[in-house]
Amino acid sequence: MAGVRPTLGVDLNGVRLPTPAMVASGCFGTGRELAGLVDPGKFGGVVSQTVTLKPVKGVATSRMAETPSGLLWTTGLQNPGVEVFLGSVLPGLAEVGIPVFVSVGGTSVEEFVRVTALLQGKRGIAAVEANLSCPDLERGGLPFSSELKPAVEVVGAMSRLSMLPVFAKLTADTPELVEIADACSRAGAHGITLSGPLQGMSIDTRTFRPRLAAGTGWLSGPAIHPVAVAAVFRVARAIPTVPLIGVGGVQEAEDAIELLLAGAWAVQVGTAMFANPQAPLEVAQGILRYLKDKGLVAPGDLRGRVRVGVPERRGGTAGPEGG
Amino acid sequence: MIRTRCEILSSKKAGAYHSITLVAPEISEKARPGQFIEVAVPEGRRFFLRRPFWIHQVSRRGGWAGTLEFLFDPRGEGTAWLAEIGAHRLLDVIGPLGRGFAYPKDLTACLLVSVGYGAAPLYFLAEELKARGKRVDMAVGAADQEHVFKPIEGKRLAQTISIVTQDGSFGIRGRVMDVVPEMADKSGAEVVYAAGPRELLRDVAAFCRERSLPAQVGIEERMACGLGLCLTCAVPYQRVDGKGFDNVRACVEGPAMNPARILWDRWMGGEPQMVPTPPEGFPVVRSWPG
Repeated sequence: MAGVRPTLGVDLNGVRLPTPAMVASGCFGTGRELAGLVDPGKFGGVVSQTVTLKPVKGVATSRMAETPSGLLWTTGLQNPGVEVFLGSVLPGLAEVGIPVFVSVGGTSVEEFVRVTALLQGKRGIAAVEANLSCPDLERGGLPFSSELKPAVEVVGAMSRLSMLPVFAKLTADTPELVEIADACSRAGAHGITLSGPLQGMSIDTRTFRPRLAAGTGWLSGPAIHPVAVAAVFRVARAIPTVPLIGVGGVQEAEDAIELLLAGAWAVQVGTAMFANPQAPLEVAQGILRYLKDKGLVAPGDLRGRVRVGVPERRGGTAGPEGG
Repeated sequence: MIRTRCEILSSKKAGAYHSITLVAPEISEKARPGQFIEVAVPEGRRFFLRRPFWIHQVSRRGGWAGTLEFLFDPRGEGTAWLAEIGAHRLLDVIGPLGRGFAYPKDLTACLLVSVGYGAAPLYFLAEELKARGKRVDMAVGAADQEHVFKPIEGKRLAQTISIVTQDGSFGIRGRVMDVVPEMADKSGAEVVYAAGPRELLRDVAAFCRERSLPAQVGIEERMACGLGLCLTCAVPYQRVDGKGFDNVRACVEGPAMNPARILWDRWMGGEPQMVPTPPEGFPVVRSWPG
């Protein structure tokens, strides 16, 4: 392989990304906020904020609390609704010049379907991502992703209708994760995004009150990274041909490489954007350096290469070429 | 807005607060009162979010040109680290961020009301207002003497200043709103600016509505990024046409905001009603992702 320069492009079975480091949903704004800080045109892609059928004002503040190695937060899915999104947010995202995934949310299967329908044929959308952490009102507000049936209903209905590839964003905190991921892909999902934030709570011991006005929120950041790696590992073993995007606590290239080795095809950078808007670039560059070091040519060469089982003791160097 | 590494020129205690002055020519050049900076506090990954701080003072001229001062309570996570690192270390800073205070065009008498740390942006504002030929009067409140923000500086900046402490350890005993009506009368206040806890800002809003005085308040809300990405620092803000409201981002649409447009009860009332009644309370508490 000497002389072959590594490249960063990844192909998610037809959805091509210039680098494997995208920005996760809800961490990018409209594309204008980062002016002067970073050129988002060099990111691998971006997932929009989650869009619902009608505008959502969101929950009361306080909406965030920093916890050890984590950010606990919830906006209550504040968004301007699909109509305003298409009119005034999407054009700005498309202008950035990278693949745009639109995150779709809802409280019923019908809402997911209606939002997805309105996205069809719109310029500048590479894929849609179903935000299955949304509360299913039929089941008292439990997330769609917590059980197989509601998750598959949403993903199946979206996939049957959508000309755009559908990625199902699942959360690790269900015992049925692998089954749900498998069923979503059978129901038509083009790929799986793993893992969405975990439900969390933080309490102010002076006042006895939850730190978030909504009571509970969603934990993101480095705290959930090992959870995401395990989730990706388990799902990738079960459905290795389905594009898998790893998300959860990616701050540096090393974190992303772990997800790739566990079986992810690409990664999303979320919370890290808030402290370091350059993170997706640094992650991509770090992956490139790593590939060079290992004598590999593409991020796909890392996919699922984690070694499990009894290590062979042959004294070779570590890494794919070494053992 | 830019991101830059800034050298710490000085780091010192200031009463109950800690003050850091940075060499930050690009930020100082553009900074306006009411804007803020986001400082990285690299304590490994345990606390990785930046910390927002009001820009307290910038110097654009003279020997210390290109410097910027900010203050903070050194007892917080991240801020304890900041208070300990000494001069000449480098900080990773993004700024200036947010929308600063607007200056009045024709009106001249400005009353500046603050409690505690809220004085930080108002001293900068006083400086800029004076440079524009405005009259500045200040009401500065605090819990006790330790928390009175740079009283000597305040006296230099303001035509008149009233210092109020809750325990009476310095100045007048009481609450800052006790002195505001009289100060407004005496100084002939035409515009009011305020920064500090929400309760103060709400009282100022009510006072200004009663007197039909234009006002701006510098609001503080918990924010994860300060850049406009995360939507956590939402403030319910009436639309200009008066029809309904939007949850706007304090970091982009603020921190300097028009108190007449803030829906105070909604903004401040979120917390108590959300406290759940165990055990059956929790399944119905819905919080959304993102």
